[in-house]
Parts: sequence; C-alpha cells; structure tokens
Amino acid sequence: MSILDLFAKSPFKPMQEHMHAVLECVRQMTPLLEAACSDDADGIRQAERAIDDLESKADHLKNDLRAHLPRRLLLPVDRRDLLEILDLQDTIADRAQDVAGLLVQRPMPVPETMRRPLLELGRAVERTCERAGEVIDTLDELVEIGFRGREADRVEHMIDELGSLESETDRLGSELVRELFQLEETLSPVSVMLWYQMIDWIGNLADSAEKVGNRIRLLIAR
Amino acid sequence: MALGLYMAFSIGANDVANAMGTSVGSRALTLRQAILVAAVLEFLGAFLVGGHVTKTIRGGILDPTIVASAPDVVVYGMLAALTAAGSWLLVASRLGWPVSTTHSIVGAIAGFGTVALGVEAVQWAKLGRIVASWGISPLLSGTLAFLIFTLIRRTILDRPNPVAQLRRWGPAYVFAVVATIGLVTLFKGLKNLNLDYSFTEALVRTALLAFLAAGIGAFFLRRVHVDPEAEADFHFATVERMFGVLQILSASAVAFAHGSNDVANAIGPVAAILSVARTGVVEVGSPVPLGLLLVGGVGIVIGLATLGYRVMATIGEKITELTPTRGYAAEFAAAITIVLASRLGIPVSTTHVLVGAVLGVGLARGIGALDYRVVGTILLSWVVTIPVGAGLAIFFFYFYKGLLTSLGGA
Repeated sequence: MSILDLFAKSPFKPMQEHMHAVLECVRQMTPLLEAACSDDADGIRQAERAIDDLESKADHLKNDLRAHLPRRLLLPVDRRDLLEILDLQDTIADRAQDVAGLLVQRPMPVPETMRRPLLELGRAVERTCERAGEVIDTLDELVEIGFRGREADRVEHMIDELGSLESETDRLGSELVRELFQLEETLSPVSVMLWYQMIDWIGNLADSAEKVGNRIRLLIAR
Repeated sequence: MALGLYMAFSIGANDVANAMGTSVGSRALTLRQAILVAAVLEFLGAFLVGGHVTKTIRGGILDPTIVASAPDVVVYGMLAALTAAGSWLLVASRLGWPVSTTHSIVGAIAGFGTVALGVEAVQWAKLGRIVASWGISPLLSGTLAFLIFTLIRRTILDRPNPVAQLRRWGPAYVFAVVATIGLVTLFKGLKNLNLDYSFTEALVRTALLAFLAAGIGAFFLRRVHVDPEAEADFHFATVERMFGVLQILSASAVAFAHGSNDVANAIGPVAAILSVARTGVVEVGSPVPLGLLLVGGVGIVIGLATLGYRVMATIGEKITELTPTRGYAAEFAAAITIVLASRLGIPVSTTHVLVGAVLGVGLARGIGALDYRVVGTILLSWVVTIPVGAGLAIFFFYFYKGLLTSLGGA
C-alpha cells in the first residue's frame, strides 16, 4: 500500500478560488449600476452577461469542491462550517445575478436623486465583499498555523473591520430608502415595490459577506 | 540468496518511495537528491542497525529447540517464506491491494512453522508482541508527530518573527534528530561491528555528532533568504523554505530507519538458511554476518536506483499538501519510532508508522485534508496479508520440499 492513499485534496485553495470567482461577479456591480444610472441598456446587458458567466463558473467550482468533501476526511476544521461558508459565498454571486437579472428583465430608469446614493451603496457593498475575500485569502495561513495564535488574532481583527464595513452599507441602504420614500408619489407602485426589493438585494451581498466572516470566526474559535 | 536479493530489490523499489516521497512532494529535495540520500542512508541503516530485526526474523519467531531437530524444514520453510512474501507482494502491489512486506514475511514464517513443525513450534508470545507492535507503532509515531508539530507551532510559527525564530531554534531541531537517532543506534546498537559503546561513550559520541550537525544546519539555515514576493502571497513562505533544510535531515532519518528495519524482511530468512548450512542449526544469539547485511543493503539500493526512482516520482508529484514543517514533524516521529523498534528487534511496517505520523500532524490541525479510509486499509492489510502470506508459505513449503527431496533422491 502506498502513503498516497492518505492524502486527499485540500479544500482550502478551492475555497479561495471560489471566492475569487464570486468577487469577480461583485466587481461587475459598479459597471452594472453605472449603466443603469445612465440608462445604458447595452451596458446593463453586458454586465448581466458577465455576471451570468462568472456565477456559473463559481457554481462549477462549488460543485467540484462539494464532491471532494466526503465525510471521511480529517480536516483541521469542521466540515459543516466549510460547507456553510461555501454556501454563503455562493449566495453573494446568486444575489448579484438576481440584481442584474431584474435590471435586464424590467428596465427601471433610476430617478435623478437616487443615482448618487445608489452608486455609493454599490461601491460600499463591493468594498465589504472585497474585505471578506481578504479574510478568505488568509485561510492558507490559518491552516499553516492551525487556526489559532497570532495569525488568528490578525484575522479576527480583519473580521471586525468587515463588520463595520457592512454597517456602512446598512447606513447607505437606509439613506437610499429615504430617497425612495420621497419619490413614492412620482413612481408607479410596482416600480416602488421593485426598488425596495432591489435595495434589499444589493444590501444582501454585504450581509452574506459579513456572515462569511462570522463563520470564519467560528472556525478560529473552535 | 537470489530470493533474498530479490526481496531487498523489491523493498528498495516500492517501500522506500513511501518513505522518501514525502520529501520530494514538499520540494525539500529534488528527485535526484532524494535517491542519493535514500541510497546512502538506507544502506547505512541496513548495514549498521539491520542486524537486530534480522535476528528476530531468523530465529525469533520459531522455537529454536524444535527447529534444531529439523534443520532441513527450516531451509525449505524459509525459502518458501521468501517466495510467498515476494510473489504476494508482486501480485498485490500490481492490483493496488494493501500489503506490507513485514506482515507478509512474518505471516509466512508463522504459517510454515505451524504446518511443518506444529503449533507449538511458533513462539506465540513473541509473535503476539510483534503483532501488538503493529498497532502500537503507528499510535506512538502519531503521538510523537502531534507533539513535535505542536512544538514547531509554539516555538516558530506562532511568533512575531518566525524567520528569526527559526534561525535561532533551527539548529536545536537538527540536534534533536541526530541526537535521538544517534543515541538509539550507538548505545549497544553496533555490537555486530564490534563497537559496544557504554551509555556514556554513546552519549558523548552522539552529542559530538549532533553538535556538528547543528552547526552545519545553522550554516544552511542562514543561507536561505527572505523572498518578499512569495512572502506577500503566503506569510510563511520563507519559514517553509528554511524548514526544507531541516526536512532533508528528517528524510535521511526515515531512510536510515527504514533500512534498519526492512532489510531483515529480505535477509532474515536467508540468514536462517545460511546458518543451517554452516552449522546445522539456526543460531539465535550470534550476530548476523556482516556480509549478509551488506548484500541486503546493496539490494535495497539497486531496487531504489532502478525502479524506486519512478515510484518516488509519482508519489512526490501527488503529495503536495505535506509542507516541510509538517514533513519534518511526521518524518522525525516516524524515524524515532522505527529506529526504536529496530533496536528492540521488532519488525514493523514503515508505511504504517509513517501513516500514523501524518495522521498525528493532521489531528493537530496541521494538514488540509487527510483520508481516514487509509485506516481501514491498514486494518485490512493486517487481516488479509498475514493469512495469505501464511497460506502461500505453506504451499511453497511443500513445493520446495517435494522438489528438493526428489532432486536429492535422483
């Protein structure tokens, strides 16, 4: 028998690759929202197609990773935590796809006063997700050191920052909702409903990013 | 003799790759260097320390008083044991079944002994101790690996400046390997070379050797420079590269340990046959002839240089998860366990000990993913290989007996 039988594929690099694909999706949010603000239908289509491609790439990575995580593996962390984090990462890409899909299926001109806060929210969401990506990028360092000690403290600190970035997106989201409330009389009721949903969805990206961080905290705390 | 050489050859071709593949995988050694290191240290291990386990295989499993009454049975039996183990290894490794050279040969000797000489001819208590050690040795190496890895984490990795920390403590890690392996070897271990050191003598010589090694290690550790680019991507890149230096040593220790234990599988039966041919009885107390250990060592090296090359390359290519810090911890733990077993004359499975050690590092949360299925494989190899080895040995025993007596009659 060979010692080879002992080694299984480590899930941590693929986790990072998956997150990188998810972040590529998120990075399409700014071009998407900018196109929406300037009524650029072609721009919206283009961004939506890019997000679709990236999302299916992420899906592919996710399924592949799941297939390589049977129960009999000895991992440095709880297998369920890893699967949970993977799902959360995936939610981010899914939501980005939802937002793009809605903008394509039902063209919604962005009211003048909502444009600036909408773009700001988009950028804040992107920053939050990027920070979650940085946390995921420390996974190989965390494995090296066994999920404890100094490296773990450093990551905890990054997760704290991730939390405050997410709060910022909440604040920008409420600001946008207030603008929308001002405009309720001038927009069709369906548009108003869909805008509320849209703002909610964009915020979801940051919520999931924060949850990714909190799950990593659990890995460290175990 | 040819059969013994063939066994040594196949040990060199297959088993050594398991021991050295871990170092090739972590890029601590290139394939060429690994072959060279393995060749030199396998040979030294076999030649210097291989006598203890060889004595066990030669005369420790079967009762010498019963054996003395039937020297011809021993000749057929040992031939049969070699043939059985060799052919079973050949078939099983082709089919990818779990086999261990050690288990095959021990099972084979016990098998022909029971059938040819009767149940009471097998020293069941000794055999029981050997079989128990097959369970204990992976547990011991696992525990040691867990502790060594935890120590590396505490003293090096989890520090503000791991590189500086390793420059300071690295020589101590070198010292530890040379000191433990050296002491176990030198203290009453080299009787067959007429070097019977007392504890103090062994201690002084080991300490000198270990200090020398630590000095050399310190020199090489200083020559590893920080690569800022790699460091940006992965904070421990430099530390891992530095540990590569230490892993060369731990890999050498494994090769030495492997040679010291596994050479017996090949030449133990040959030793019994030669002993009968020369004196008419199986010697129990006298040392194994040096020439025989030499032949065993050479056989392993030839197997390694011809076929082991390829096996090692495949294994090294696929084991990339075991970085030098982990490799060092696992290999050091395995080497201590195996050399200790060698000195006590207990034949253990090097691969199983190594698996135990890697699992120990894994349990210390040190490795990305390990497959528990291998534990089942190990248990299976105990359940399957021993009876099959025994059965084949019985078959070949009657084969040789029939062949040789009919030749003698004609």
